Amino acid sequence: MKCQQCDKQAVFHITELETGQVRELHLCEEHARSYLNQAEAGGGGPDEAEAGGGTLGVGQTADELAALDQKACEMCGITFFEFRNQGRLGCPHDYVQFARELEPLIANIHGATEHVGRRPSAPPAAATEGTEELTGVIGLRRQMRESIACEHYEQAKDHRDAIRTIEERWLLPPHTA
Amino acid sequence: MKLESLTNSIGEWLRGTGPESDIVMSSRVRLARNVPHFPFVSRATEQDRAEIERFLRERIAAAPVGHGLEYIDVGRLEEVDRQFLVERQLISREHADAQGARSVAIDQSEQVSLMINEEDHLRIQCIHSGLDLRGVWEQIKGVDEQIEKVVPFAFHPQFGYLTACPTNVGTGIRVSVMLHLPALVITRQIDKVFRSLHKISLAVRGLYGEGSQAMGDFYQISNQTTLGKSEEQLVEQVGDVVPVLIDYERRAREFLVRETEQNVHDQVSRAYGILKTAQTISAEETMQLLSRVRMGVLLGLIGDLKLADINSLLVRTQPAHLQKIRGLELDTKDRNIERARYLRQHFESGGASPN
Repeated sequence: MKCQQCDKQAVFHITELETGQVRELHLCEEHARSYLNQAEAGGGGPDEAEAGGGTLGVGQTADELAALDQKACEMCGITFFEFRNQGRLGCPHDYVQFARELEPLIANIHGATEHVGRRPSAPPAAATEGTEELTGVIGLRRQMRESIACEHYEQAKDHRDAIRTIEERWLLPPHTA
Repeated sequence: MKLESLTNSIGEWLRGTGPESDIVMSSRVRLARNVPHFPFVSRATEQDRAEIERFLRERIAAAPVGHGLEYIDVGRLEEVDRQFLVERQLISREHADAQGARSVAIDQSEQVSLMINEEDHLRIQCIHSGLDLRGVWEQIKGVDEQIEKVVPFAFHPQFGYLTACPTNVGTGIRVSVMLHLPALVITRQIDKVFRSLHKISLAVRGLYGEGSQAMGDFYQISNQTTLGKSEEQLVEQVGDVVPVLIDYERRAREFLVRETEQNVHDQVSRAYGILKTAQTISAEETMQLLSRVRMGVLLGLIGDLKLADINSLLVRTQPAHLQKIRGLELDTKDRNIERARYLRQHFESGGASPN
């Protein structure tokens, strides 16, 4: 569902009860923030409300939330704010990078935080460091692209070699695996 | 091309066979998997997507299961062909509407389909006609084990299989059954049933998955959580509720026959009459009427039709199927006329599907 005020995905679904009338609102993070601030400030304009702050999460101030939102994954670069807006994570490493933030969310969705089902029997997924080392390739690839864009070709070559080393260790061709 | 040959068959999930197939249309399990060395699809660049697609296609081809698979490059298909695969439940609507490099691999029987670059890098799906969740689980487990030998899957010791959306993390499993529940709809008990399903963490969707409205009294019941329970427990969670729903639907059907036979007989006969004589008809109305006729056949109120026949019509009157069968691109208005003609020909010829 799209936000009623822009094209982003609606992540806040608010039901307002006003003198016997029910009004439903579907808003993205940003518009929900200004809407809720506005409501709290007693109907001031959204700009005033923004400046005045206000609370969104339970027990979290806007400042804390803003700091959390800026936190980015060192591999894929997604910020927590972007994840909250889109509802999709950027890469497998996010589960490590944002573990502390994701855990309450996961507990809320599943009523559990520990996987108890099947586990891969074959490497590299069976080895946790296999997954972790391989997610490193995502960051290296990003750095390599940036180096090329800045014409730092020596650096780009180093990144490429580092990617190859990890891939050779964990991604054996199927027939030799 | 493969798509043309599919037009002449009806696919696994509409075969109309298997246990409890008067109510349970199909049983399905899907697993969400990702490789660790690429961003998830929504954050992947165009080049990443092409590399993920190639990596998975080549690796899967090296597994035993890969030999019997037909690959279809979804990104290069015309819209009508993508829609055709959605109608057959071989790909999701999201996969059809997405951008960039993506593909699907399908086995001969249309039981197994592997979607590459859907929301996750790989979605493994297995579907059987009728109620057979155990059989589906055993088959998909085998496929997963084979692919795991050649493809590294992103896995976390605490969170399990890692997925693009935290709602799928852990087992990455979605277990679902598609049920035909016309009597519960007619007797207005369906909402009550759904409310109690939500209470036990089961989701209810329409025929074509996520966000789709229920059409023609067909409903999908599936697990909502994927973490904290084993795959077997989640298969059981869905499996346990099915006999209860079957029982409710049977009792509602018996009630309808006992208390309002004339009414029900009239309803299904009228539905049949419209399908046999209409000059223009929408896909939605067709689905609704076929649903009523299907119930009529099962209650013995319509004698000259077979279940498999109605199932076949359910998919062959869908927009993309109709256009593939006729070999023409048609707009909505012309499709409605063509659909009505197709239905009249079908019933006039005594059930043989006209081409």
